[in-house]
Amino acid sequence: MIKLQAVSKRYGFKQALDGVTLSLPAGKIIGLVGENGSGKTTLLKLMAGLLSPNSGVAALDGQVITRRVAATVAYMPDTDIFYPYFTVRQLFEFYDSQFEDFQMKKAEQILEFLNLSLDTKISTLSKGNRGRVKIAVTLGREADYFLLDEPFSGLDPMVREDIAKGLIRFTDTERQTIVMSTHELKEVEPLLDELIVLKGGQVLAHKAIDEIRSSCGMDATSWLVSLFRS
Amino acid sequence: MSMEFLPDKPIYQQLVDHIVGDIIRGTIKVGEKLPSVRDYAVSVGVNANTMQRVYKELEQMEITETRRGQGSFVTDNTERIQELREEMKEQLVQSFIQNVEALGFTTNEMVSYLQKRGGHDD
Repeated sequence: MIKLQAVSKRYGFKQALDGVTLSLPAGKIIGLVGENGSGKTTLLKLMAGLLSPNSGVAALDGQVITRRVAATVAYMPDTDIFYPYFTVRQLFEFYDSQFEDFQMKKAEQILEFLNLSLDTKISTLSKGNRGRVKIAVTLGREADYFLLDEPFSGLDPMVREDIAKGLIRFTDTERQTIVMSTHELKEVEPLLDELIVLKGGQVLAHKAIDEIRSSCGMDATSWLVSLFRS
Repeated sequence: MSMEFLPDKPIYQQLVDHIVGDIIRGTIKVGEKLPSVRDYAVSVGVNANTMQRVYKELEQMEITETRRGQGSFVTDNTERIQELREEMKEQLVQSFIQNVEALGFTTNEMVSYLQKRGGHDD
């Protein structure tokens, strides 16, 4: 479980997160939504140990989060991360050398599931296929937590569907937890157990998807719109 | 392809209804083995936790049974399936009557229209 207690983060004069208190239960797939600049990426980076809060405490399974959590937390940034002159195989080998929980066999299975080959040079891949490789190399780790920053953004519908199916196929919610930020809530909703809404660096709401649907009688997207209008 | 879901009902409930529909229609046969939770989740594009809940509900409704190490099977109790058909019929009629009454038609008027209309499938 990830617990944030009154976490704030500033960049210079800009307040990116402002007193965020959250607890993210293990074994769930949790969506993180909010406008650009609402603090989604900062929140993910704090949970991944890539940033530390100016005040408040972020803890994972009872331990204060430091850079060391990278051993059990797989973070996928929204940027292109790869050395273009690598082949996919070299990228996998690089990950294998960096992360103890990287499973070459599993990564190869994911790659096959996504119809890609190990010997392709990354610089020759289309943007969509780079998106596929990125998810393959991330899910190739047997991490306890996957923190995915905008895994679907800027990709065509076929790639988005492949990534969604890869996520369902190659993660195990009995022992793994996924937190992902997204703007594509309509498409992503069937993948989610819970939804966290950020606004101006604060948590506006945190609800289970089933509860939104059964007690508010609408899907998550309409609920989100009504939340922002009120 | 992934399934489309209605907005006003939990996704797990829609999946339960969908599978029950397939059983009543006979698309899924009595005694047939259902795909694994993971496979089914991938094919309709939902979270495995949601699918787990669907399978649990089906089992509680005594529509399926889980055999240890083998997976989930549709019950071979044909009485239960028959019961399910009746339940479904009742549900359909209830929502029909609600709609009809909302527009101010009487049930008698609708029954006689249905009889006159006969078995047209269009």
